[in-house]
Amino acid sequence: MQQPAIEVRNLRKSFRKRAGFRKKSELLAVNDVSFYVMPGETYGLLGPNGSGKSSLIRILSTLLIADSGYVRLLDFTLPEQAEEVRRIIGRVSVDAAFYKKLSARENLLYTALLYGQKAREAEKRVMRILDELGMEDTKFSTPLEEMSRGMQQKISIARALMLNPPLLLLDEPTTGLDPKSRRDVQSFLEELQSREGTTILLTTHDMAEAERLCVRIGFLAHGKLVAEGTAAELMQRSGARTLDDAFIKLTGEELVEEKDESTDYADCSV
Amino acid sequence: MEATLRQTWAFMFRGYHITRRYIGWVIVFNFYALVTSASVALIGVAANDYQLTLTLIVGALLWNYLSRLYEEISMSIAYERWEGTLEYTFMAPVSRAVHLLGVSLYSLLNSIVTSVIVLVGLILFTKINLHGANLIGVLVVLAVSTVAFVGLGLLAAVFPVMSAERGAEATHIFQGSLLLVSGVYYPIETLPGWLQPLSAFSPATYTLSACRKLFGVGNSNSTAEYLAGAPLSAVSHELLVLALMGAILLPLGLLVFMRIEAWAKKTGKLKRTG
Repeated sequence: MQQPAIEVRNLRKSFRKRAGFRKKSELLAVNDVSFYVMPGETYGLLGPNGSGKSSLIRILSTLLIADSGYVRLLDFTLPEQAEEVRRIIGRVSVDAAFYKKLSARENLLYTALLYGQKAREAEKRVMRILDELGMEDTKFSTPLEEMSRGMQQKISIARALMLNPPLLLLDEPTTGLDPKSRRDVQSFLEELQSREGTTILLTTHDMAEAERLCVRIGFLAHGKLVAEGTAAELMQRSGARTLDDAFIKLTGEELVEEKDESTDYADCSV
Repeated sequence: MEATLRQTWAFMFRGYHITRRYIGWVIVFNFYALVTSASVALIGVAANDYQLTLTLIVGALLWNYLSRLYEEISMSIAYERWEGTLEYTFMAPVSRAVHLLGVSLYSLLNSIVTSVIVLVGLILFTKINLHGANLIGVLVVLAVSTVAFVGLGLLAAVFPVMSAERGAEATHIFQGSLLLVSGVYYPIETLPGWLQPLSAFSPATYTLSACRKLFGVGNSNSTAEYLAGAPLSAVSHELLVLALMGAILLPLGLLVFMRIEAWAKKTGKLKRTG
């Protein structure tokens, strides 16, 4: 039997949060979550604010160390083999994190060098990706601060794909994109998956996007994975006509515009 | 090996382009460094005291170099916090040693450029004559003290990892304390008795002491026309202490940085805004 590309078992992550003078409370961001993603599969995670999506992605990106549980990405486990995991993942976060004064070209070449790649080869790959994402060449030398949110996000996607990683962690990749750009990105992801067999873990608030791109979908609420299955299975299980209704019925919550749940523990301390 | 060189180059590449884009501010900072150094040195000129002028010039020049080096390294994490790129740097498959080496090399280049600008400015402002100074010896001392200061910079760089808001403040408090106790512009004996022992822990104290001897400061044979710079053997004690400090501070800085990084990953402190 084929081994999953991503395997998460009984994952827990809590944060201590100040609650007044000398008082601390505990926030359980990820509560005993287990799921797997098969090679070449796109798995979607849907959840409201503070449901643990970003914490989960951060754990898989080696940026956060879980309290307990088992995480394996391809042949490597976390946190023990973080160095190896960094070589096989690409991540796109909800906020396009770039040196805003630098051009797209400079930002991407910096990333290529940081990953030990040859700048010239990386540049060619980036040009092809940006072309497929529907971006003009002339924008390549423009400082990021002069670009729209949508364009910055396309550059962010190009950055992750430039590295040609077998695993892609996409945290709300189409947030802030106009409908055309959103379609460009979705089509590109579909094509990427069929061409390269890339395994994708995607968090999104866009139900249509989840239905279009994801083979299976997990519903997260209060750090717990409350339901999992294909879109059709989830609708059937909840007796709902749409995925949106299925989500509300199965989690008891509504999806609202994304806010990074990690801001909830901005004041946390040990 | 080739990949490691590219990764090291990545930080130099990034630093160069950021400097290029912020060239206006770079000019302002260098202008300010030059003007403050010249203002200090002119106190000696006003007193018509060549030895005092030379003491202040050496202090201003070395402090510019060492403090810039320390500040660039220690603030590198804070800059990434502000840009929002810290997570992406920490997510890249680059060892922390290579990351910090790349940052330190670019900081070193920056410090050398600033120091050359300040030196040229001071020569113009004070008509200082460096004939007779042991400049090769000064470069040797600077090379040895650079290692210790890179180590200090790495130690201070952990503050912005621990806290985005308070970290940058802490690095500057530490930098200010070094300025206070290292005898940059005045003899250490001028400090209150309870503060003087702290100077023994600052690498800047030994760097300044050695460089002043090599410039001939305090030597009665030094004149405005000719400086009686000491030979390198005369500063062997300072060199030994600086080498020892470098050997301790550099690996210690790296070790502490990696420990704090692991702590930050457990507590969620790496995230963009906090």
